[in-house]
Amino acid sequence: MLLIILILVPIFGGLVSFLSKNNSQLPALGASLFTLAATLFSAFTYYNGHTPIAIDLTWIPSLGANFSLNINSGLQVLMLALTAIVFPLVYLFLNNKELENKSTFYGLMSLAQAGLMGVFLANDALVFYIFWELALIPVYFLSSMFGGENRIKVTFKFFVYTFVGSLLLLVAFLIIYNHTSNHSFAWTSFVESGKSMSGSMQNWMFWLVFLAFAIKMPMFPFHTWQPDAYEQSSTPVTIVLSAIMVKMGLFAVIKWLLPILPLGVLHWTNLVTILSIIGIIYASCLAIVQTNIKRLIAYSSIAHIGLMIATLFAQNQLGTQGVAIQMFNHGINIMGLWLIVLAIEKRLGTQNLNEMGGIAKLAPKFTIALVLISLANIALPLTNGFIGEFMMFNGLFQSTSPYHIAFTVVAGLGVILAAVYTLGMIQKVAFGELKNSQVVFADLSINEWIVLIIIMGIILWLGFYPNVLMSLVS
Amino acid sequence: MNAIVISALLGVVMMFAGLLFKDSKQVQWAALIGIMILMGATIFDNQIISTQGSKTYFNMIELNSFTSWFNVLITFCAMLYFFLFHKQIALVGRNEAEYFALMFFILSGVFLLSSYSNLLILFIGIEILSIPQYILAGSDKANVKSTEASLKYFLMGSFSTGILLMGITLLYGATGSFDIMSDKFTAQFIQVDSMSSLAIVGILLMVVSFGFKVSAAPMHFWTPDVYDGTPTAFTPFMATIVKVSVFVAFIRLFHFSFGSVSHAWQVTIVSMIALTLLIGNVTAVYQTSVKRMMAYSSIAQAGFMLFAIFAVNATSWKAITLYSVSYTLASLGVFAVLIKMKDYTFDGFNGLAKKHPVLAITATICLFSLAGIPLTGGFFAKYYVLMAAVEQGSMLWIVVFAVLMAAISVYYYFRVIMSMFFKQGDAELIEQPTTIEKTLLIINAAMIIALGILPSVIMK
Repeated sequence: MLLIILILVPIFGGLVSFLSKNNSQLPALGASLFTLAATLFSAFTYYNGHTPIAIDLTWIPSLGANFSLNINSGLQVLMLALTAIVFPLVYLFLNNKELENKSTFYGLMSLAQAGLMGVFLANDALVFYIFWELALIPVYFLSSMFGGENRIKVTFKFFVYTFVGSLLLLVAFLIIYNHTSNHSFAWTSFVESGKSMSGSMQNWMFWLVFLAFAIKMPMFPFHTWQPDAYEQSSTPVTIVLSAIMVKMGLFAVIKWLLPILPLGVLHWTNLVTILSIIGIIYASCLAIVQTNIKRLIAYSSIAHIGLMIATLFAQNQLGTQGVAIQMFNHGINIMGLWLIVLAIEKRLGTQNLNEMGGIAKLAPKFTIALVLISLANIALPLTNGFIGEFMMFNGLFQSTSPYHIAFTVVAGLGVILAAVYTLGMIQKVAFGELKNSQVVFADLSINEWIVLIIIMGIILWLGFYPNVLMSLVS
Repeated sequence: MNAIVISALLGVVMMFAGLLFKDSKQVQWAALIGIMILMGATIFDNQIISTQGSKTYFNMIELNSFTSWFNVLITFCAMLYFFLFHKQIALVGRNEAEYFALMFFILSGVFLLSSYSNLLILFIGIEILSIPQYILAGSDKANVKSTEASLKYFLMGSFSTGILLMGITLLYGATGSFDIMSDKFTAQFIQVDSMSSLAIVGILLMVVSFGFKVSAAPMHFWTPDVYDGTPTAFTPFMATIVKVSVFVAFIRLFHFSFGSVSHAWQVTIVSMIALTLLIGNVTAVYQTSVKRMMAYSSIAQAGFMLFAIFAVNATSWKAITLYSVSYTLASLGVFAVLIKMKDYTFDGFNGLAKKHPVLAITATICLFSLAGIPLTGGFFAKYYVLMAAVEQGSMLWIVVFAVLMAAISVYYYFRVIMSMFFKQGDAELIEQPTTIEKTLLIINAAMIIALGILPSVIMK
């Protein structure tokens, strides 16, 4: 029942938000806080003794599809916690901001949260697929209704991209389902069915499954929708996209690809790793030359995700644990960065880095948050980003691939490049000459400051004491 | 059997209703009451069959549990259509009683097609189904396009009837029987090698004539012009209820009688699927009128339904039931909104969500269903047809091809959604929707979502 609450409460909050005229943020906020409490409760239940929580209801018996949800791994706990943390913080941060179509915005946000929770909870392939698609629909509307000039076109490109992937995934699921011995969509049946496929069959099945995930993450060269979509969506929606939705892809690789098609994965490991490492370097170089702050962060996200994909395909325990930790921390850090962007947008009305500068003198609180979160983004020791990145490089180096040294070295370049573009961004935003001297840059308001303090608190806490995460994923 | 008789009788009654009632409202009420009686008759039939088992009448009509249940569903869809469109039907011309009468005759043909066990009944059914449609297509006499649609439909339709007759003749020549259930007939179709060439040509001619009726490429050329030219009140009836019942006739013959020799005709069907999906989806992308887009979309959807013919297994029967209902409900929902619009182009829908949120949201749910987004009936409909094809085991590439085409379909369905929700504009309506109409649209959308959560409720 607990697990169903995690999905139903946001849906309910969303519907109430849709119907309420004024203060439509309250139902959404209330629902998200309740979900946070329920998530933390289930996280602690799982943490104290690693007892899986599961629910299994008969849904369509003739298909062998059950409405089956579970929490069975530290990764799931982390992803659920991330989703549960992001939404209330975004709502709090936005608290005083007046929006057009406010009730639609909060209603859709809540529905998106429900879909995302479902993806991370699903233990039945059909349930997973349905939530995978459903999470996309509210985000499609959010991105198309709120954002920049080209938002409709760009969001549509994003939608079509991911929809193609999803449909191929559906075909793959149908084939795997048809191959199960007991005609069931349960995760365990899928693992058994996929493993029993012949090597050559797994080789082409791999792409049917992986394309959907590669587009969602996104992995080079399927990333072209991402910078545009991040730039054009309004920033709260970008947070949902980049902090949580891209994690769906990684999560799905860990749960629905690696164990199900092991031979296929092995066959394509080198190709995928090479592509993701090209992605790291390519995206980092592009991030350096961006003048739009949202595009810069978008490309930095591609680079970070690239490292995670490469490590996942190295397939060793240390690396995979590192990825799980980093997925959570990247979510927190990138949310922090986007909130900073949101604060800048609200005050300066621009995303262009060349029109910013010298904010440090005017807004010390803002600058502290900017610097600390940016440093976490480049994985400085004693911030949360460090431990995951360290484990990932370790894991990548221990890969069984003959090129593992080359992979690690080239991916390591990405860290240096990350420092270049991130420090460059801090410098352009906060330091230097005040570009627009008429502008009065008000420092963070109280609710913004609280949200960023919470984020910085998480960053430092997990940086000093990463053991919480380590014991959760081990 | 009751349904067949009553629908024909209701047709006659409706013709007299035009004499009896001078007020158009009264005629409409007569039609609505008539369709409810028919609904009761199909439920009654279904009750008999489910308690007493399959029944054969005159060795020509065989009602089984699938057929009687399908009749209930299709009559329900027709009832929904009558309730949604009765006002617009009456507005087409002066002869509203005749229009309703013709539609009852069509329904009579639908029931014959879903339960025939003899090729002669198949022929009669197809004719009863088609001839009233030629008239309905041309019912807007002041409009040249409507007349053109009627003429085109009639010429092409009679041509395909000729082919159907030729097919039936050859099959009779090969087997010496019209009765598709008889041993004499099926004995010819046990093995591909032992089939006479007469039988093979007969099967292929049947494929062509059925393909024409369901507007499968390359026999689809009449569809866009006819659906576009026909008064908008009749297009949804032709594109949904009529079309899906021809599919049921199609699957009945090909799975019952030609199922064991599926290798002889599957390649033809697969190439038809590929062509239909390609032409339907790609051409729909280039349309500027939503009505014409829906015509091409109905070609594309037929491509998906053909999968149920292609895959000879139990899943395909479930698939055709679910696909028929969810496609019909979704199309009716879209057309019910379309018919209210002053301007049928995509731009005519700009800003509809702000002015009439109920119309926009229900239309969106219908379009989601047509595109196959989860939690709508359309998702499970696509799921089942593809599942049937995957279970078949051979030619998996066509499944991958089909989902890529489904991705294209998102483009034109979502264009309407984009116009309604994201673009600025002043979507003008011909008349304001009444509360009853809004309620019906909401019920329709709710049914589509219900099918997306529990598809098994309508499958037997």
